[in-house]
Amino acid sequence: MSVFDLTIAGAARALRAREISAVELAAAYNAAVEALNPRLNAYITPTPELALEQARAADRRLAGGGATPLTGIPIAMKDLFCTEGVRTTAASKILGNFVPPYESTVSARLKAAGAVMLGKANLDEFAMGSSNLTSAFGPVESPWKRHGAEARLAPGGSSGGSAAAVAARIALAATGTDTGGSIRQPAAFTGIAGIKPTYGRCSRFGVVAFASSLDQPGPMARNVEDNALMLSVMSGFDEKDSTSADRAVPDFTQALHRSVKGLKIGVPAEYRLEGTNPEILALWEQGIAWLRAEGAEIRDISLPHTKYGLPAYYIIAPAEASSNLARYDGVRYGLRVEGEDLIDLYERTRAEGFGAEVKRRILIGTYVLSHGYYDAYYLKAQKIRSLILRDFTDAFMEVDAILTPTAPSAAFGLDETMTDPLTMYLNDVFTVPASLAGVPAMSVPAGLSAAGLPLGLQVIGRHFDEETVFTVAAALERAAQFSALPQVRAE
Amino acid sequence: MAYTLAGRSGAWEVVVGLEVHAQVISVSKLFSGASAAYGGEPNAHVSFVDAGFPGMLPVINQECVAQAVRTGLGLKAQINLFSRFDRKNYFYADLPNGYQISQFAHPIVGKGIVEIELADGTLKPIGITRLHLEQDAGKSMHDQHPTKSIIDLNRAGVALMEIVSEPDIRSPEEAGAYLRKLRQILRYLGTCDGNMEEGSLRADVNVSVRKPGEAFRTRCEIKNVNSIRFVMHAVEAEALRQIEIWEDGGEVEQETRLYDPARGETRSMRSKEDAHDYRYFPDPDLLPLVLEEDWVAALKRGLPELPDEKRARFCAEYGIPFYDAGVLVAEQEVADFYEEVARGRDGKLAANWVTGDFFAAMNRTGKSIADPPVSAAALGALLDLITDKTINGRIAKDVFEEMVETGKPPAEIVVEKGLRQVTDTGAIDAAVTRVLAANADKVAEYKAGKDKLFGFFVGQVMKAMQGKGNPALVNEAVKKQLG
Amino acid sequence: MSLDAATVRRIAKLARIRVRDEEVATLQGELNAILGYVEQLAEVNVEGVEPLSGGMRMALRSRADELTDGGMAEKILANAPDRIGNFFAVPKVVE
Repeated sequence: MSVFDLTIAGAARALRAREISAVELAAAYNAAVEALNPRLNAYITPTPELALEQARAADRRLAGGGATPLTGIPIAMKDLFCTEGVRTTAASKILGNFVPPYESTVSARLKAAGAVMLGKANLDEFAMGSSNLTSAFGPVESPWKRHGAEARLAPGGSSGGSAAAVAARIALAATGTDTGGSIRQPAAFTGIAGIKPTYGRCSRFGVVAFASSLDQPGPMARNVEDNALMLSVMSGFDEKDSTSADRAVPDFTQALHRSVKGLKIGVPAEYRLEGTNPEILALWEQGIAWLRAEGAEIRDISLPHTKYGLPAYYIIAPAEASSNLARYDGVRYGLRVEGEDLIDLYERTRAEGFGAEVKRRILIGTYVLSHGYYDAYYLKAQKIRSLILRDFTDAFMEVDAILTPTAPSAAFGLDETMTDPLTMYLNDVFTVPASLAGVPAMSVPAGLSAAGLPLGLQVIGRHFDEETVFTVAAALERAAQFSALPQVRAE
Repeated sequence: MAYTLAGRSGAWEVVVGLEVHAQVISVSKLFSGASAAYGGEPNAHVSFVDAGFPGMLPVINQECVAQAVRTGLGLKAQINLFSRFDRKNYFYADLPNGYQISQFAHPIVGKGIVEIELADGTLKPIGITRLHLEQDAGKSMHDQHPTKSIIDLNRAGVALMEIVSEPDIRSPEEAGAYLRKLRQILRYLGTCDGNMEEGSLRADVNVSVRKPGEAFRTRCEIKNVNSIRFVMHAVEAEALRQIEIWEDGGEVEQETRLYDPARGETRSMRSKEDAHDYRYFPDPDLLPLVLEEDWVAALKRGLPELPDEKRARFCAEYGIPFYDAGVLVAEQEVADFYEEVARGRDGKLAANWVTGDFFAAMNRTGKSIADPPVSAAALGALLDLITDKTINGRIAKDVFEEMVETGKPPAEIVVEKGLRQVTDTGAIDAAVTRVLAANADKVAEYKAGKDKLFGFFVGQVMKAMQGKGNPALVNEAVKKQLG
Repeated sequence: MSLDAATVRRIAKLARIRVRDEEVATLQGELNAILGYVEQLAEVNVEGVEPLSGGMRMALRSRADELTDGGMAEKILANAPDRIGNFFAVPKVVE
């Protein structure tokens, strides 16, 4: 068995048993990154030396006591998390060679637990996208191929680099952020698991903001257990984030072995969208059957405002983004394009520094907040958001968790570039409602499409009830026995 | 008499509303732990939050909220238990985030009242529309380099209270009185130091003109006027400008203007014109600000006595005139000084001495109430010597000057200089006899009906006694001997 | 509601993003497609519904008024594209 076959849990056991050292593990991963990253482009900035240095510290800790389940575990950090002394780009030209003089809370927690950072993972620019095609550092290639085809596929997005790195085994796990599906959709596309926790569970401090009321960090890993291990460390109250929840963090791994017997699982009628791939619908039915077989009680439920989630999201997220991204002005850090005067400098810097998708969203966001349109767009969208939250609140009076597909299709090709940005947005149709409601949701790999590509199922839970989400996800994982591996991977 | 400006077409009324930005007294900034102190090396009072670095988040300062509530209570205003922070979006070099965190739709304080006093003693209530919390911007300096503006973010993120008045002000004098009164209340509350030179209090002045009885006409906003005198000048200059436009058949355009003190006129601010769409929306990094009723009540209990209440109490408790009480409460430290002098003594006598000889000595010596020329205790001791008739009022003035000069206690000066007043009726009678004898001609005139001469005799007796005679006893003796 | 070219230019100006003349038509089409898509929200009756502005319904937490930050001008300026001494520098602004 190769080191690349190990999960976090397995690697932690091997490290503690001194069957392998953290330095050996990091070196193996560094070598794999060096070999595969030129092709996959999963990392914007690999940090092999830092990884070795952290691995040496991890070895000392493993020898001296005080090791955690993540000590010595090599991970990828989405390049949206500010990392002290390590360039942070948000996959945008506008940040230039920005080197944060501070560390995000989530990355600091992982660091403190002894995790080893292999590098900064690629993403859609400012996390705006579902394909990883909008990165200023080039697209990420998914390690998966369709049967008998060579076409390069998208890993999904925005946490596409994180997903590709974990799937191709050039990271044992990764951090992601999810605003409308940015953890769950790429996890589904690449055959890994990923959870968007409850809004407020993981601190946003030091995470480059896209849409503040929706952004939520979370883990991405090969299986449900590894997600639980990661999330246990990443979560927790942070006084530096006013939206951070002051709540105790349970040991999420405890939830993995609970039975779903007697749990009520909701199946929302509104997710049977017209045009959804029949394979996806079939997988959903399979998921329902698996849970029923384990003793869960399946309930048909209604989330009546589901179809309005996506349009509301495409008002709220760009509105917040247009304001959040105003700070990139070429004055204090990042790219500056000189101009005749200050306004000219701003306009040139921002025209040059932002990519097309980011500009589109800033412009839409600016428009929906502008005088005379606020009520019709932004305020209306916020009211719809209320209704969507109410849908979930009502549903969770009846059920303990909700099961849906993660994405309406399997991964698409890098060259099947969408000329119409709207079609791309539809990728988030199943993931956006949970984001708007702030409830936790996880994608679990559950099967393969006829073309041989991974498909995921989504489990949605009550606010701060990630434990039930993990329980149901673990049951699906056991039933699905998903063991397919991508064609491109470290071995 | 209402204030009006004469135009060719008749009298014009001036309508003014003020938006005052008052810097909150706090240790740290509204949303970061960096220092809110004035000054400092460039960019030394700056956190990554203040400088708008990626991923940085605001966390509100409890004390700034308390200060806003105290101010609201001091303005007898509605305290909103639910308020919210919005982003005001615009680009400027000293606005690091590209937005200012402010309160637009739901301010922390609602309607209130400030009562102003005009020169003729009239009292007039000026309505407060609202008070909200917001961040200050940094400072751009345009004259330090030939081709560049330079930016210091030390002020960026410091808490401000924007206090908006109703358009109830009708003259430059009222504008000045309003600002002075507001500043007085803020200083009493300890929520803003009111220092206009350091910019901790500055005003945006909304001015329009109209014919008496008309509805409001278009107003212009004069930004950032930083002294009370300039506000008064700006109101008049802007009103005259607008009258001229209307009378020339033109139309006043709503715009933002600047007051140029050197030229005594306002001018249009071109640079801010193109971006007047602030795209306010609730700041998603912050949750609604919800105040507990008990907390507000506790703040209310902790409020100091405010100038209006203090003035009324001084009148009632010390029996002093309303005007004098107004002078004494103008500054809290003076009011405290007065109370220390007046407590347990004759309040009127104390008021006369504080506003008279004491103020004069303070002006003459260039000292302040914080470091007074004579302490309240010493001044009180002097008044005690007058009251117990150890010295008379005339001598007390000399003792006071000696106290200012030497810092010695009054009793010691009295003993040293032998200034104790004479109450020995034998000695007084002897002095009276001598004076009447020496002025036999005047005594005759007095007896013939020239009553006014009585004062002359008293004066002469006092003079003969080096001023030390007890005035009442001297009066009595003179009256008796004149028969 | 659909955007005309002048509105595209106006919002680009507000957002301080230079838009070249040849980009306007494309942007106009893309933005209108998005606005057309979100138009369906009009069919939802939201009468009496309170807007939900944040990710959670909770009240704001506050911090004590203490000096805990700042005093690091060099770190604040370290990434600056232009500086003069300890000030950030930009092209001269005429007020």
